[in-house]
Amino acid sequence: MTVLGLDVGRLVQLVRKEARQTFRDPRALRVIFLAPIIQLVVFGYAVTTDVKDAAMIVYDRDHTTESRELVQALTAGGYFRVAAVASRADQMADALDHGSAILALEIPRGFQADLAAGGPASVQLLIDGTTSNTATVAQAYASQIILRFGQEHVVHIGRSAAMPAAAGTGTALPGVDLRVRAWYNPNLESRVYNVPGVVGNLMMLMALLLTTLAVVRERELGTLEQLMVSPLKPAELIVGKTLPVVGIALVDLALITTVATLWFAIPLRGTFAMLGLASLAYVICGLGIGLLISTVSDTTQEAFMTMFMFFLPAMIFSGFFFPVENMPVFFQYVTLLDPVRYYVAAVRAIFLKGAGLAVLWPQVVTLFGMGGAILWLAATRFHKTTA
Amino acid sequence: MRRLSLKRLWAMARKEWLHIRRDSRSLAMAFAVPGLMVVLFGYVITFDVRDIHMAVLDQSHTTQSRDLVDAFRSSGYFRVTRQLDDDAEIAPLLTRGSVRLVLVIPPDFSKHLAAAEPAPVQALVDGGDANTASIAINYAQAIVTSYSATAVLKGVPLPVPIAVDSRVWYNEDLKSSSMIVPGLMATIMMILSALLTSLTIAREWERGTMEQLAATPVHRLEVILGKLLPYLGIGAIDIVLVAVVGGIVFAVPFRGNPVLLMVTAMLFLVGAQGLGMFISAATKSQFLATQLAMITTFLPATLLSGLMFDLSSMPKVLQVISLAVPARYFITATRGIFLKGVGLDVLWGQALGMALFALAGLALAVHAFKKEIA
Repeated sequence: MTVLGLDVGRLVQLVRKEARQTFRDPRALRVIFLAPIIQLVVFGYAVTTDVKDAAMIVYDRDHTTESRELVQALTAGGYFRVAAVASRADQMADALDHGSAILALEIPRGFQADLAAGGPASVQLLIDGTTSNTATVAQAYASQIILRFGQEHVVHIGRSAAMPAAAGTGTALPGVDLRVRAWYNPNLESRVYNVPGVVGNLMMLMALLLTTLAVVRERELGTLEQLMVSPLKPAELIVGKTLPVVGIALVDLALITTVATLWFAIPLRGTFAMLGLASLAYVICGLGIGLLISTVSDTTQEAFMTMFMFFLPAMIFSGFFFPVENMPVFFQYVTLLDPVRYYVAAVRAIFLKGAGLAVLWPQVVTLFGMGGAILWLAATRFHKTTA
Repeated sequence: MRRLSLKRLWAMARKEWLHIRRDSRSLAMAFAVPGLMVVLFGYVITFDVRDIHMAVLDQSHTTQSRDLVDAFRSSGYFRVTRQLDDDAEIAPLLTRGSVRLVLVIPPDFSKHLAAAEPAPVQALVDGGDANTASIAINYAQAIVTSYSATAVLKGVPLPVPIAVDSRVWYNEDLKSSSMIVPGLMATIMMILSALLTSLTIAREWERGTMEQLAATPVHRLEVILGKLLPYLGIGAIDIVLVAVVGGIVFAVPFRGNPVLLMVTAMLFLVGAQGLGMFISAATKSQFLATQLAMITTFLPATLLSGLMFDLSSMPKVLQVISLAVPARYFITATRGIFLKGVGLDVLWGQALGMALFALAGLALAVHAFKKEIA
């Protein structure tokens, strides 16, 4: 029986051989099924851009109820904790130098008196900018909490002669009241966004690793020539080599999805079929790149190095860690060449927004197009290098 | 036990250098990867959020509502890409991700303002990317607050009871590259050192030259140190390379003592390379050794070292695990030296850690090597 010019019987034999070869090696099994889970768990917990419990040193020179309430307001939200209390100004600089606190708050003498007089009472914040992401968020949170504390305090003690409406409505202030609602991720947890992104990187790694090794190992052992002289057509050889990888990748996808939804409670709002379709297109890209790498590598060693050189930029450009739109414009164009970018965007939309083909067709079409082109290129090169 | 001979050690180092020179891909990797990574990470990793795309649904159609939208527009943080007429348009926009924030100004907005009442407006935010979302929310809050204070309550200024004087130290402009480049030095060195050295002993086993090496009158410490030397040289060049690229391309300040940086870096390199050799001697297979080196260094050195993600925000378990990641201490040291300009009085703990790591790496490598030869 033949399908598309390929002999199904021969194909089945080759797939069986590949599967046997892969599953015979317990180390390979560990790489295939255990490594994704471990990486998902580590990434899920470690990749966090939330600011929680940031260490703060407090230098309270006012020692009043108000100054203590301000410190309490800062720690109440769970963003900051008082790591140390300073009794001299230079202890603040010391704490920042040593990194034992990333935020120093100085409340000067007369804070309470100034506040009672309607202000402005001044406080000083010193922020350790070495970790700029945490510093940015911490600065914004702290300023906002202090500002709000001041406003609520003023309203609370009834200094509302200038604002008659506010007096009756508790803490509500006149002026524009911005009410924020975050869709898709109401608590703004970074994990909800990052875990689906991990799926994209793990799938690429699997497809690359398995395809490249399946070919290069045969070349190293010298059995690739035996395969070439067998009655297998080149196309059958490629399909037979890659079909098991597609199967394994899809099983991995199911595995990762299960862990993501059950362990991390990431909502899967879209359908698994949509996830499968996007993943299939993506895995084809991965296979193609893997085959390409195998044509330029004689040893597993070389293959491994080349894979690393491809995988690292692909991961950085994918928008997995950092949004593509924040990159310099030139690099935004570079990301258009990165299949991981399209897949990560698709997976996130499927998980969080429940997006279907109506929204994601550009990503899916691009991935299939890229996959087809890469696979074709890899197949032609493959003939040349092995023939 | 024979005494260590400098001559034999030098011969070992020369032999290893010849190996490296012949393996062009590894050599390229030794110099291209650090340069590439610094440029890529330095440019691409940015936590700065600007030009957030937003849409406006203005149901009020008044001067005040237009002023509020203008305040968003002129802030430099937002770009108003869509004007909506109907709230049914909101959901598809957010789902497609074409905007991150939708500002809804209800019909009675001006009426409330005129009556000096709280005038609610709504911001619908795509919370998917929590980091960008919280920054966008903060910007929006600040814009609305200042708009409230100045434009709307004419003659009735909103009290500003507390003036926050906030200053950022060490990295005054909060540039991401100043945070990333010193950290990358540690991460790159850890991965690269372990990866390159993981090949050296396994290669001798695979090529069958290990017996020859064992038969030559060379002490095992001489073998290990001799093999380390060329890689130490490569590592030192890489360190300088990263510092120079960081300084020239990204204008990362260097405020500390270069000698202290070099000394701690050398200790760190010895540790990382010792670890690589230990893996190499223990596995005896080049392929297995590279994989193991990759697993033991890549994830920990990028994720559990504080390079990009703050350790103090992670769960306690990971924080405890991160105590065993050497790159963590070296990153604290490089950031301290580059940005804070602090010396040994602050960083002695990190320096001590590096020294212990170097000793442990060497001891492990020598120990694993001894068993094989005997």
